This record gives sequence, C-alpha cells and structure tokens, in this order.
Amino acid sequence: MDRAEVDSRIRALIEPFNKKGVEVSDETTFAGDLEFDSLTVMDFVAAIEDEFDIIISMNQQAEIENYGQLVDNVQQLTEG
Amino acid sequence: MSEGISQADRPQALEAAGEPRDLFSKFDEIIAQREGLLASGVEDPFNLVMEKVLSPTRAICNGRDTILLGTYNYMGMTFDPEVIAAGKDALDNFGSGTTGSRVLNGTYQGHKEVEAALREFYAMDHAMVFSTGYQANLGIISTIAGKGDYIVLDIDSHASIWDGCKMGDAEVVPFKHNDIAAMDRRLGRIPEGAGKLVVLEGVYSMLGDVAPLKEMVAVAKKHGAMVLVDEAHSMGFIGPNGRGVAEEQGVIDEVDFIIGTFSKSVGTVGGFCVSNHPKFEIMRLVCRPYVFTASLPPSVVATAATSIRKLMHGGNKRAHLWENSKRLHGGLTELGFTLGTEEPQSAIVAVIMPDLERGAAMWEALLKEGLYVNLARPPATPAGMTLLRCSLCAEHSSEEVETILGMFERAGKAVGII
Repeated sequence: MDRAEVDSRIRALIEPFNKKGVEVSDETTFAGDLEFDSLTVMDFVAAIEDEFDIIISMNQQAEIENYGQLVDNVQQLTEG
Repeated sequence: MSEGISQADRPQALEAAGEPRDLFSKFDEIIAQREGLLASGVEDPFNLVMEKVLSPTRAICNGRDTILLGTYNYMGMTFDPEVIAAGKDALDNFGSGTTGSRVLNGTYQGHKEVEAALREFYAMDHAMVFSTGYQANLGIISTIAGKGDYIVLDIDSHASIWDGCKMGDAEVVPFKHNDIAAMDRRLGRIPEGAGKLVVLEGVYSMLGDVAPLKEMVAVAKKHGAMVLVDEAHSMGFIGPNGRGVAEEQGVIDEVDFIIGTFSKSVGTVGGFCVSNHPKFEIMRLVCRPYVFTASLPPSVVATAATSIRKLMHGGNKRAHLWENSKRLHGGLTELGFTLGTEEPQSAIVAVIMPDLERGAAMWEALLKEGLYVNLARPPATPAGMTLLRCSLCAEHSSEEVETILGMFERAGKAVGII
C-alpha cells in the first residue's frame, strides 16, 4: 500500500476523533494539537488496527508523536 | 483510564509565576486540583485517619463513629479470634520480622504453611507468596513475558498489571474492557511464534463488574496464549469453593496463573500466585520482586494461613455477603442512584457521581452521616468517572445495610444528586 493511500484511510478514521476540527498535517501532534487523552488514543488506535489488520503495541505508540510518524509506521506495518 | 496509566498526554502548562521549573513541575496540575478541592471546604478524602478500629465494619474516623463500607474486608477476617491468636503466637515464637529475602534467610515455617494453605484452597500444585499483591502481579507478569513476547490485556487492568507489563519489556496490546471480539482480533494479529500472555481480572475493582472469563479463556486458548487471572476481589466468596470468577464460570483448570492478595478477604497483607505449571518453582529464583525484598513477617503469614483455612469453610458468611450486596445494590437503585453495574456482580457496588466536586461533597456528607466509602476519581477510574465505591463485608448486619441506605438517601438529597 503506498503512503498516499494509508494517509487517506487514516485521515478518514481520524475525523470522528478530531472534535475541534484541527487541520491535520504530518506535523500535527496527538497530545498537543489534537488534545487526545489516553481513552481517545485507545479508541483511535483500535480503529486503525481493525482497518489495516495490524497491531500497534503501546510500546510502538510511545514512539509516535505526530500524524506523519503514524502514517509511516502504519505503512511499514502493512508491508510486514 | 486505568490505575496504571500515567496521564502524561496533556501539556503541563501550569507554571506558577516566578517559580523555576524543576522535576516537581510535572505535578503542578494535580497540586492545583487538590488545592481547589480542599479550598471548597471539603474534608480531605485522601487523608482520612482511623483513630480506633472497633470491628471489621466500624471505626472512629476523624473523631466520628463510622460504618466502614470501603475496606475490601469482604469476609471480615481482621478480628477473627483464631486469626489474631495465630498472629500473636507467631510474634511470640518467631519474632517481629524476618529481615531477609525468601531465597536467603527469610523463609520460615510460616511461609511454607501459608503456601500449603493456598495450594489446598485452590487445589493447585504450586503457590508462591509475595510481600504484597502489587508485587505478585509485578513479579509474575514481568518475569514470564519479556522482550519479544506479547501481552494482551484489558484496558481497565489494575496499576500493578500495567507496571508489570512495563517492567518486563514485552509488547503490550490492550483491548476495550471486557470486549471478547476485540481481544480475539488482537490475539489473531500477533506474529507467529511469539510468546503470548493474556491478562484478565475476575472482578474489576472500579465498577465491581465481572469478566466473561468462560469465553475469554476459550479465545485465549484457541490462540495458544497463556492466561493469567487476577482474582484479588473474588477470593473467598465467588465460586463454589471461593476460588474466584474462573471457578464460578468453570474455567479454572484452563487458567495458567491465578494472582491473589491477602489484603482483601484474607484480612492481612501479602500477595500470591498459584499455578499448575510444571516448571513454576523456578520463579522463586528468577522473579526479582520476589527475590530482592524482605519476606512477610511471621505474624502476617500466620494470620494469613489461619484465615485462608477458615475461608474454605465460609459458606454461610458467603451467602450473607451476597444478600448484603444484593440489598445495597437494589436499595441504591430504588433511591435513584446510578450504579456501575445493572445487577450486583460482586461485593463492590460503585455509585457513579456526576463530577468530582459533587462526588467529594457526597463523600463528605456520607462521612458526616457516619459512613465511610472510597472516593475514586480519574486516572484510577474508567472513562474519567468519579465514583463512590462501596465494598460490603460479610459482617455487615442486615440492619446496618438498611442504616447505610438511609444515610445515602439523606446525603444524596442534601447534595442534590437524587
């Protein structure tokens, strides 16, 4: 799957969680810009895992701070 | 969300003017919240002192005669005369403490006896006693699931479970609370060949709800995972022999490890793991929270062993505890309170508060009525809830439960919750 497709699918998934309608770019951070709390993170991660049939463990999540890193990680995982 | 997850996901912007930042600046938010709560004039819910303990269900708290409804002392063993006599005897004959690790000079006859009592209670081959329940989860989970292994666990797991996951360096994969399908999907995605541990609890202590262990254990086994169940809040009264929810639901033989505690139904302090795994005894040499700490004092293991043996024959007390739980749950529902579960599932009845301020006000109103319950708030609670958590005791009389309901009614009306 190319990066653009991963990006567009995650963009669709993030919408219901993006309550403030923040404009999402690769630099957008989950904690800072999107103000995701830990419960939101869990639900959002579960949605991505189910969409791509992958696991993003909490250990991996700890390394992901912004949207671009998430897309890169998911792309790698779908290739694995 | 859970007792174990530190909420480091919010910017800490509360720097006091002129104060330099240091390592304590990260606590500014919680310091401000606490000061705000106390400034409203409420008694500090997290600084209660019991000046005198009269029985398993009564104490003098902050100067008032108080009914205790938040102690986890489910079976009321703390003042059992035989339990106390065993403790005194051990103090006289073995001294006040062991001053040593279980693997050096800290294993006394009493430690072997309490482990024998546990093996008999659970009808399992191996029992290992830790100095606290927290260390039992920390030690077993971190030791059996290491780098490259996967732990699949319920998102509402206790702090000791989360900390054990972190310490062991395994890949940690949480799933939505009690969601069998979500757990199944996550297990199915784990790479082939990786070690798998599923961690569940029998009773979840915040809402007092029970896990669908029958289905979950079957799913775990389908994926070839080992299963650890924390039965801290069920020992002594759930299941035909009081072995917990796994026994009640008929899957205890499929569970690889049961974690428990002496600080609830048993009525003292300490933790344990029981298992039928043939290699289990090696844990005593490789489990750091077992090795690198002093063992329990002789009086503690003596009281625990006596209490565990008495719990094997606690059928009548168990039945009364269930009656108490059903009556309190039904009565609070009739009064119009919102509870954590629709039906009583355990000896914990959680009353959901609209917010922390009114939760604290209700807690204080109850204390002034002469009733102690636990005030639980985020991050210890699921979904950001504020809870008044009630845990019943087999020694609460039926009359006391009626008195408690009256207190809830008056306090609830005074605070405007019902």
